[in-house]
Amino acid sequence: MKSLLLILVPLVAAALAAAWPCNRTRPIFLPAAGLIHTGLVLWLFVDPPAVAADAWLAFDPLARAVLPVVSVLFLICAWYGVTYLRIRGERTNRIFIASLLAVLGLLSAGHQARHVGILWIFTEAVTLAAVPLLHFNGTPRAFEATWKYLLVGGTGIALSLLGSLCLGYASLYGGGDGQLTFVALMGQGAGLSRPWVLIAWVLLLVGYGTKMGLAPMHTWKPEAYGEAPGIVGAILAGGVTSVAFTAILRVRAVVAAAGEGRTADHTLLAIGLFSMLVAALFLLGTRDFKRMLAYSSVEHMGILTIGASLGPAGVAAALFHVWSNGLTKGALFLSAGNIRRAAGSPSMDDVRGMSALTPQSAAIFVTGMFAVTACPPFGPFFSELKVLRAALETGHGVATAVFLGCLLLAFFGLTRVVFGIVDGRPRTAAKAGGRRFVESAGVILPPLVLLGLSLWLGLFAPRMVSDAWAGAVTQLYSNP
Amino acid sequence: MNNANLNLLIGLAMGLNLLALGTSRLPALIRAMSVQGVILGVMPILMEGHPDWRVVLVALATIGGKGVLIPGLLRRAMRTVQIDRELQPLLGFVPSILLGAAGTIAALALTHLLPLLPEHAGTLLVPGALATVLTGFILLIGRTKAISQVCGYLILENGIYLFGLLLIKAMPLLVEAGVLLDLTVGVFILGIIVDRIQRAFDSLDTRKLTALHE
Repeated sequence: MKSLLLILVPLVAAALAAAWPCNRTRPIFLPAAGLIHTGLVLWLFVDPPAVAADAWLAFDPLARAVLPVVSVLFLICAWYGVTYLRIRGERTNRIFIASLLAVLGLLSAGHQARHVGILWIFTEAVTLAAVPLLHFNGTPRAFEATWKYLLVGGTGIALSLLGSLCLGYASLYGGGDGQLTFVALMGQGAGLSRPWVLIAWVLLLVGYGTKMGLAPMHTWKPEAYGEAPGIVGAILAGGVTSVAFTAILRVRAVVAAAGEGRTADHTLLAIGLFSMLVAALFLLGTRDFKRMLAYSSVEHMGILTIGASLGPAGVAAALFHVWSNGLTKGALFLSAGNIRRAAGSPSMDDVRGMSALTPQSAAIFVTGMFAVTACPPFGPFFSELKVLRAALETGHGVATAVFLGCLLLAFFGLTRVVFGIVDGRPRTAAKAGGRRFVESAGVILPPLVLLGLSLWLGLFAPRMVSDAWAGAVTQLYSNP
Repeated sequence: MNNANLNLLIGLAMGLNLLALGTSRLPALIRAMSVQGVILGVMPILMEGHPDWRVVLVALATIGGKGVLIPGLLRRAMRTVQIDRELQPLLGFVPSILLGAAGTIAALALTHLLPLLPEHAGTLLVPGALATVLTGFILLIGRTKAISQVCGYLILENGIYLFGLLLIKAMPLLVEAGVLLDLTVGVFILGIIVDRIQRAFDSLDTRKLTALHE
């Protein structure tokens, strides 16, 4: 029941927000729904419900291992959103708030989906609900980004439906009774038709990989993250991509049960390394600090995928990385949003000396950059270390070398852009764009809290959290 | 139901693929796509002697969506943006047709390699689906106008629907879910129209459009 409320509360709040008449008070729906959602998730996290094997939607161990961080990230972004939308008081926020809340509800459903078809439906719905968010700024560039997101994302969605159908046919050919829950498919195991399972795997990996933003299907990401408000980038990078990642994990478990686990792992490793490499090379070239965050997100999706290919220890490390990356990236997106507003431009050609103009945001941005490039003692350092250890233990020496090389290149790329905009003397042109940006508590505390959470995750992650990751691994590897 | 009739319809749909690849006129492209949608909508009813209500519902939704609603919206979008020709495709029309035809032949050849249940082995469903998906991709990648790309997406979707017909008896939910893809298309078209309104008035606020009434 509580797990259904996770879906219903945000959706009802979205409907109420859409009907609410006052533009000035409407943003309050965001933290209100976020608080209820986080409360429910934490309750479920501490006291996980029993899950029926044939349930279509349930708070199962995998949902328990990922959904809490999505919910906390949303809550903090909602807090930031109240101030952000007050600054942007000139724009109608009805559709924006309703879409944001709908995204939260649909994400909760997607993370809990235990049925191939249901999972697809909610992923599709999240994709569509996010469209108005990207378009919020209403500029021609924002429209172009939205169009690209729809075209690339829509194609990915279509391919993942085709993949789901192929998985269905694999089950039908093997004498299945039409049950398409992941549990039933894993139970059918070797009875699934291998050629169809492999076709389904390729299509689903490309389809959900597009949603995740793995190279070479990542092309929508720089545009979308570059043009959308920082709060949207944070939720897309930390929440929407993770639903696609859990989808891939669930499908991989079925493919492994059908006896093609090695093939699946090889493809995951290859596509993960490729994503890291592409992201690292683009990071060395980009001059836009919001697009930089998008490429950094591609890189971290690559790390997740590599983790997923390395067996049980790797999957646990990847789930850890979902948490540490989501929180750290959130801090980066929110502080970058502040800098972008104050500077009036996202390009390092026009922006300089932000440590003088927005000292607090700049400090958070720089610290967040070090955190995300895996400097101890923040979360990403420990999660990437675990991925590395899993890679070495499974004997992937070359992959480890490429992995480390890409991390180094990404570090060069990120520091180049970040210090380029933070250091130096402020450009006067940046200040000509109207009102001065005030670093109030409402826009500084949320990213600071996210950064603090990332630090907490690195140093004092409680036993219960790592047990949740281990529980998800047990669920995914329960079938030989 | 007999395979011959079904195969005839699939053959027709595959012919429409080539027509869609070869035309530069957007109205013709929209017509080819909508006729294909109606043909696909009729298929599930033909496939079963006594279709149950869920199958009929899918058929009606498909005919209504792909055959009437979306083509209507697309024509409206076409009027709004005042474009009716694809003038500079990235991939020319003749190469598109050749590629599409080669893809169709490859799809027919490839199908023999795939394991199929005996009741599906005699139909063109799988090669038809593969060829249609490929056509959709060629249009998506090879055309530059937004409306042509939407048509390409719809044809890609038609291919997926054709594949879904293999599963309509065993797992109807998956096939019904496919109808939701039409929703994506709806958002696409809405995007084109909203963008045009916005570029004309530099605002999303439709209240400003009332200025023209006075």
